[in-house]
Amino acid sequence: MPITKREVEKIAELAHLELTEEEKEQFTVQLAAIIAYVEKLNELDTTDVPPMAHAGRDERADYAQRDDVVGEGLGSELALANAPDPARGYFRVPKVIEEG
Amino acid sequence: MAKREEYEAVIGLEIHAQLKTRSKIFCSCSTQFGDAPNQNTCPVCLGLPGALPVLNREAVRMAAKAALALGCRINRVSVFSRKNYFYPDLPKGYQISQYDQPFSEHGEVEIDTAERDERGRPLAWRRKRFRIRRLHLEEDAGKSIHDGMPDSDRASYIEFNRSGVPLIEIVSEPDFRSSWEAYDYMQYLRQALQYVDVCEGNMEEGNLRCDANVSVRRRGTATLGTKVELKNLNSFRFLQRALEYEINRQIEVLETGGEIVQETRLWSEAEGRTYVMRSKEEAHDYRYFPEPDLPPLVVSEEWIEEIRRELPELPNHRKWRFMEQYGLSIEDAATLTSTRALADYYESVVRETGDPRTSANWILSELMGLAKAAGIEPFASPVTPTKLAGLIRLIAEGTISGKIAKTVLEEMFRTGQPAETIVRERGLVQITDAAHLEAVIRRVLEANAAYVEQYRAGKEKLFGYFVGQVMRETQGRANPQLVNDLLRKLLMGG
Amino acid sequence: MEIIGLTIDRLHEALRAGATSVTEVCQRTLERIEALDPQLGAFLTVNRDEALRRAEELDRDLARGEPLRPLTGVPVAIKDNICTKGLRTTCASKILHNFIPPYNATAVERLLEAGAILIGKTNCDEFAMGSSNENSAFGIVRNPWDAERVPGGSSGGSGAAVAADLCVVALGSDTGGSVRLPAAFCGVVGLKPTYGRVSRYGLVAYGSSLDQIGPITKTVADAARVLRVIAGRDPRDSTSSNHPVPDYLAALDGEIKGVRLGVPREYFGPGLDEEVRAVVWQAIHRFADLGAEIVDVRLPHTEYAIACYYIIATAEASSNLARYDGVRYGYRAQGATTLREMYRRTRNEGFGAEVKRRIMLGTYVLSAGYYDAYYLKALKVRTLIERDFREAFARCDLIVGPTSPTVAFRLGEKTEDPLAMYLSDIYTIMANLAGIPAISIPVGLSREGLPIGLQLHARHFEEATLLRAAHAYERAFPFSHKPPL
Repeated sequence: MPITKREVEKIAELAHLELTEEEKEQFTVQLAAIIAYVEKLNELDTTDVPPMAHAGRDERADYAQRDDVVGEGLGSELALANAPDPARGYFRVPKVIEEG
Repeated sequence: MAKREEYEAVIGLEIHAQLKTRSKIFCSCSTQFGDAPNQNTCPVCLGLPGALPVLNREAVRMAAKAALALGCRINRVSVFSRKNYFYPDLPKGYQISQYDQPFSEHGEVEIDTAERDERGRPLAWRRKRFRIRRLHLEEDAGKSIHDGMPDSDRASYIEFNRSGVPLIEIVSEPDFRSSWEAYDYMQYLRQALQYVDVCEGNMEEGNLRCDANVSVRRRGTATLGTKVELKNLNSFRFLQRALEYEINRQIEVLETGGEIVQETRLWSEAEGRTYVMRSKEEAHDYRYFPEPDLPPLVVSEEWIEEIRRELPELPNHRKWRFMEQYGLSIEDAATLTSTRALADYYESVVRETGDPRTSANWILSELMGLAKAAGIEPFASPVTPTKLAGLIRLIAEGTISGKIAKTVLEEMFRTGQPAETIVRERGLVQITDAAHLEAVIRRVLEANAAYVEQYRAGKEKLFGYFVGQVMRETQGRANPQLVNDLLRKLLMGG
Repeated sequence: MEIIGLTIDRLHEALRAGATSVTEVCQRTLERIEALDPQLGAFLTVNRDEALRRAEELDRDLARGEPLRPLTGVPVAIKDNICTKGLRTTCASKILHNFIPPYNATAVERLLEAGAILIGKTNCDEFAMGSSNENSAFGIVRNPWDAERVPGGSSGGSGAAVAADLCVVALGSDTGGSVRLPAAFCGVVGLKPTYGRVSRYGLVAYGSSLDQIGPITKTVADAARVLRVIAGRDPRDSTSSNHPVPDYLAALDGEIKGVRLGVPREYFGPGLDEEVRAVVWQAIHRFADLGAEIVDVRLPHTEYAIACYYIIATAEASSNLARYDGVRYGYRAQGATTLREMYRRTRNEGFGAEVKRRIMLGTYVLSAGYYDAYYLKALKVRTLIERDFREAFARCDLIVGPTSPTVAFRLGEKTEDPLAMYLSDIYTIMANLAGIPAISIPVGLSREGLPIGLQLHARHFEEATLLRAAHAYERAFPFSHKPPL
């Protein structure tokens, strides 16, 4: 399944990346090569093979849950300490304009 | 809308309910509403690099209660998935939700529903079943503030106190055929979630939110029309009005030869209409995949059964039992079962009085009126079930009249004293001594000799006047039946 | 005394004997970093003042008679994708150039509790994506053995720092070989623990179902000491296991006689450098001399591992890296008037080419219409790879092979061909896909004087077996070479 420049643009849109023309050309070629390579997996019959989405080995990870107890958080000052544009206790961003 | 009757609507609802856990679903931050912006945050719910989610056990338990209350089957294994999209109040760039292996599925509720007249009064109630496709767990996003700041024309403000508050999403099948069916279902859902104590159900605070899918088709056809997604239906009134508007809009489009476009529309309460938010072409590609940071959620049959055993009687069944067991009308039963606490209150009163009808009347007409004026819930007033039962008993025994009882109840509501004490201390005991009353009546008749003559000449309307005068003389304490009997006798006899 | 180049136990001997102080160790180490790192580029941040302050504090503790903790006074370097409270953590990315975490990763917290000194943060491939450390936004790292060669990636700074004695031990992270490859290229020991053995809390996620933090050390014993400290259940990481943590140091002693060492023929196929092949086989024969039993095993799906890995890792990465949006922390492009523009420019200016490439690939394989064909398929092949190991481990206790098909390659050699670069990971990614532990130890030098690494794999949670075998080899055939610095 060769990948087209149009598809590269669509993926970039989904990933919120704004690619330059040069990057688009380059990625089209490189992604096509990688995709062609990974097509290799189709040599394998995986009809009855279950997918392995989790790498953990513990059958029942009940202990992986927490009790409903309020703990200490960061508080607003520390929360905002790394913010590029903190204002009035909030994170400020350029105006959200609904698309469409 | 001449053609309105030829169409039927097909509606499905997606409801998001915040679970009332103390801490968030994947971190230990408080879920408290109304704190300073970004106060209740930590690396996890801010989506800081390297932070990881850990599931709140209580959120799972609450989701299970909700699922069982709505007749859902809980899956022994469910899987969290990431729903990927960009929005500034979505800190990780994905929402942890559930997708192809949800927490629970295949629910059903049977509820009373009715169409309403123009003034919103129910026409005929009927029972109908509505199916629930799935109920799953997910996390809430933060909040974006687009208005009200000095630079709101060019900036939005984001805060994350709500980020990570546990939600259940309840997706119905497209089983609703009118806006009122959807309305009644939504009302029931809120009530059921409140009964099992997992959600505050306050739409104004946003802890219950609703989106709808709407299409219309000609009656008798089985195929589905093109559906439109409606968002921002954040009160019961909005929900019903927006659906009604949208159904009519779609019928009109079809009737004028147009086609329905698959799109997302927002309800604007101010304009009383829906408008396009985004079209199908711009629909998101959420790229769901299993959340690698959380192991599959495994629950046991024993655990499910333990929760099932803890469930209270559900509101619909309680309502129907009240109608059958206590002979109440559907409206009275509905009001008395509107909350679990009120229904418990009512049944406690009935247990003591043995008179379901009178108990219902006193709660519905008197106690609820006082509570409403005071801005509290009737079951939270100082008038405990035992005290209200005490009042009702005094009436039944003839110690006080119904009229006096209302005064006594007001006093009870204000002071929390038992009825007996108020009646004793204020000397409100009913006068049932015939000789005493006869003397009073004679005095009244003597003082109104001219009216007595008119009455005897045929002006029978004056009877009520004499009763009133006797009551005034006795500060309302006279037994009304006895007053009637004696007065009639004395007026006849002379 | 010469305190540069000491291992943990030697350092502790010296401290116990009063031959040196923690402060002296710290100062010498900082001096060496100052002298050598400008050429190497191993560090992104040197924690100078705080390290010295802590060294003095530890010296005071010792003077009061407090016993040595497992890592007291040990200068530790931390890969810059592991969060350190109050200390800049960049992931070698412009998008996090100014990020100061308000919390410590659990592994860092445990190192500090064990008495370690956090000497600095090491360079790496941006977001751990790379095999050569050439993808750092803040400059390349040079291999201490040959300045014209790569140190391996992605934990290249950690590998180079340990090899050049700029610290005693370092933490790296390993998603597809990022601890083991630099260890092999730099002639040091690199351990990737079982998935779930070490908490990932505070490790900036790349491929969440593959990532593990692991130690890079001069000796196997040091790796055992560090693992003992950082391993174990962490309530902040749902995927961390409550499997008991044995005393890895005690487990080092003991025979490897009778240990069945599986040799998968797939690890010795075409593409393997002849010199590497010869040195690794020599090491296998030495294992046999030590009493190990050599058995043939098969890992038939090895040839699919790279394809499988690059789908799963990039899919997870595309989602993990969505949080870098310029809203809450890190870089934000200036002058954008709409949110959409801010997002897109921030991410475009903030991420480097390889990161973008992987985000693109990961987004593609998850997108509507391709999920089943690529992502789901890869998850199924992952199951097949895990089964390969299960079947192989039915016949052997450890699986042995080369860590990398070649020795350290030249800077710039593979930067133009991403796929060729990906193929450097061919022997290391299998362990990540299966979730099993693996270790790379240096077993020889090439004719050009470059280190060659041997890799051992063990069953899930059998790090003790892995460490015992590696330690036995190291004791019998010590790797005594030092880079020409």
